[in-house]
Amino acid sequence: MSGNRCAVIGVGQTEYRTKRRDVSIAGLVREAAARALADAELTWRDIDAVVLGKAPDLFEGVMMPEAYLADALGAAGKPIMRVHTAGSVGGSTALVGASLIQGGVHDRVLVVAFEKQSESNATWALSTHPPFNASLVVGAGGYFAPHIREYMRRSGAPGHIGTLVAVKDRRNALKNPYAHLRIPGIDRAMVESTPMLWEPIRYLETCPSSDGACALVLASEKAVTGTPAWVLGTAMRSEPIFRAGRDTVDPRAGRDCAADVYRQAGITDPRREIDVAEVYVPFSWYEPMWLENLGFAAEGEGWKLTESGATALDGDIPWNASGGVLSSNPIGASGLIRFAEAALQVRGMAGEHQVDGARRALGHAYGGGAQFFAMWMVGRDRP
Amino acid sequence: MREVAVVAFAQTRHSAVDEGLSEPELILPVIEEVRRASGLRTFGFTCSGSCDYLAGAPFSFVSALDAVGAWPPISESHVEMDAAWALYEAWVRLQHGDVDSALVYGFGKPSQGDLHQIMTLQLDPYYLAPLGLDHVSYAALQASARGTDRAELDEIVRRSRAAGRANPYALDLPDPEGDAFEVEPLRPYDVAAPADGAAAVVLAAGDLARSVCERPAWITGIAHCMDSHYLGMRDLARSASAAEAARAAGAGKAQVDVAELHVRFSHEEPILREALGLDGAFSAATEVNPSGGPLAADPVMATGLIRIGEAARRVIDGTADRALGHAASGPCLQHNLVAVLEG
Repeated sequence: MSGNRCAVIGVGQTEYRTKRRDVSIAGLVREAAARALADAELTWRDIDAVVLGKAPDLFEGVMMPEAYLADALGAAGKPIMRVHTAGSVGGSTALVGASLIQGGVHDRVLVVAFEKQSESNATWALSTHPPFNASLVVGAGGYFAPHIREYMRRSGAPGHIGTLVAVKDRRNALKNPYAHLRIPGIDRAMVESTPMLWEPIRYLETCPSSDGACALVLASEKAVTGTPAWVLGTAMRSEPIFRAGRDTVDPRAGRDCAADVYRQAGITDPRREIDVAEVYVPFSWYEPMWLENLGFAAEGEGWKLTESGATALDGDIPWNASGGVLSSNPIGASGLIRFAEAALQVRGMAGEHQVDGARRALGHAYGGGAQFFAMWMVGRDRP
Repeated sequence: MREVAVVAFAQTRHSAVDEGLSEPELILPVIEEVRRASGLRTFGFTCSGSCDYLAGAPFSFVSALDAVGAWPPISESHVEMDAAWALYEAWVRLQHGDVDSALVYGFGKPSQGDLHQIMTLQLDPYYLAPLGLDHVSYAALQASARGTDRAELDEIVRRSRAAGRANPYALDLPDPEGDAFEVEPLRPYDVAAPADGAAAVVLAAGDLARSVCERPAWITGIAHCMDSHYLGMRDLARSASAAEAARAAGAGKAQVDVAELHVRFSHEEPILREALGLDGAFSAATEVNPSGGPLAADPVMATGLIRIGEAARRVIDGTADRALGHAASGPCLQHNLVAVLEG
C-alpha cells in the first residue's frame, strides 16, 4: 500500500429496505454514520473530515448534496468532499477517505455513501437523452444483458449458472440482518419461475432497489481504536466507454485494478490467498465474469467455480457472504457496503455470515459501462 | 507535506452562448495544451470535477474520459464538485509518494440549462428547495445581511469587467450601468456571468516539477471547510469556513501578491477579503481578481479550478511570488477552499 498505514475502525449500516419512509435523506445517512462512530467508540467531535459518495444527483433530485447533508454528518466547520464515479462510487468514496489518511492529511475520516431509491427513479434517471448522444432507454439491465450473453457464448457456460448465484447470494442474505431481500426457501425452481427481464436475466437474478446508507470510520495508525481492519492495498482504474475494441466482458481496467491491489497486498494467487471477497454483482452472471476478471479463475472457467460451490459460504473462496448487491442495492452505497463487509470479515464481526478465520478480504465495485473500478484489500494483520 | 506544484494550466476561451461543442470537445484542447506545456503525456493520477445537472443527464463525466484518452486504463476519480476539489484530491493522492504527477480538469456548459432552477436543487429538498428561492435570492439575503455600499459593489464590477476585457479567456462585458434590480439589493451585473468552458491543470511533485517547469507554483498550503447549510445557523455577513480554510492553508503567514477569488456575486468580494485576511497587515498591495474573476466569466464547475490556475500562472510567469487561489460552493459561500502558491 502507498503512503501511511490506514485502518477501518468502525462500520455502520442501515437496514436496507424498499422504502425508509421514517427518515429523510439526512436521517438515513446520519443513522449509518452514528452506528459507525459507535462501533469505533468515537463521537462526531473525533472526526477530522467527511467524504460523501452517491450515484447521480438526478436520482433523488438533490444537486451536490454534500451542502445539504453537511449538518447531518457533523461536517459543519470541517472539510467534506463528494465523490461520484458511477456505480463504483461507494468503493471510490472509501478510497478517497483512505487517501486522506495515507497522504498524512488527517487521522480520522468518516466515509458515508447512500441512496434513497424510494425518493428517486433510477431507470428514468439513467435513460435520459443528453444532447449529442443517442439514448438507449434501457436502464442498467438492458445495457449489461448483451455483455452477459457474450460471456455465455465465449465460455460455453450452461444457462443455469446465473440461477445458482441468485440462490446462493439470497441464502447468504438470510444470515445478514441488514439485507433487503430475504426470501426463505429460495431455490432454483423459484428463480426460474420468475419473468425474464432482459435475456438471460430473470427477475430474481437482478438486484433490488433499496434505501440505505453505509458508513466507515477510517484511522491512521496512531489513531486506531477498537478492532482494526488494515488496508493492505487500494486502486482505481477507468477506461473510456466508447473506445472501439475495449473488451466490455472482461475489461482491462478491472484486470489492471486487481493486479495493482494484489501487488500492494503481496497476493500472487487470489483464490488461495484471499479468504473472502465482496464483489459487485448486480446481475447474477457477473459472479462468473468477475471470477475471471479478478484472477480467481482462468478465462472461460469462472462458471465452473460457481457451479462447484467454491463461492458459497462453506466453499473455499466465499463470494458475497453478506448476500451482495443481489440482496441489497442502495446504488451509491452498494460499493461501500462491499468494502465495509470485507472489513467486517477480517475484524471477525460479520455475525452469522462470518467466514471462519478470515484474514484477508477483497472489496470490489464497478460502474459505468463496466469501465470504472475501485478495489481494496483489507487484512487482520498490520501490513 | 510532500512538495507539490502546479506546473501547467490551460483554459478555454469561455463563451456566453452554446457554441455547439460537446463536453469532450471543450476539454480536449485544454488537456492537450497542458500536456504540451508540461511535456507529460501520462499521469500517475487523474481527477475531474463536473455537475450532472448542467448536462441534464447522469454521468456527464463518463464521456469526458474520451477526451483524456484513458487507454491503457488510468488511475482516475471524479468529484461532483467544482474541479478545485478535484485538484485537492489529486494533491492528497500525490502526498502518498508513489506517483509524481496528476492531471486535473473541470468543465461546465451552463448554456444548456437554467442556472436559477438548477442551483435551487442544491438546497435541503424538504425544507428549503420547495420555497423556490434561487441562488440569486439567497445571495441577495447575504448582501443585505452584510449591508451593501452600492458604490463599492459598482466599483468591484467595473474593475472585474475591465480586467475581463483585457483577459482573452473571459467575456467582453461592458461597464456596469442601469438601476434595475435582479433581486434587491443585487443588480443584474452583480451576478457572475455564466459561460461554457473548461480548464486543466497539471500537478507535479518535487524533482519532476522542477524538471518540467522553470518556476513551479508550489502549493505551500491547501485546505477547505464547510459551513452549516442553514442560513439561520450562520452569520451571513461573514464566512467562517473561508476564514478557517485560509487559516489551515497558512494564507496569512506572509504577503499575498495576487488573490483569485471565486466571487459569484459582487458583495462576496468584501466578505472574502475579510475572511481570507486580505485586508490585513501584509496585504495592502494584494491584487484581487486580475483575471476579472467569475464576474467576468463563470464556466461553472471549472471556475474554482481556474482561480487556482490563474494564481499559479502569475507565480509561474514570475509576476507574483505568493498567490492565493480560492474556490467556493454551496449557497452563500457555504463551502470554501484556499490554496496558497509560492515561487
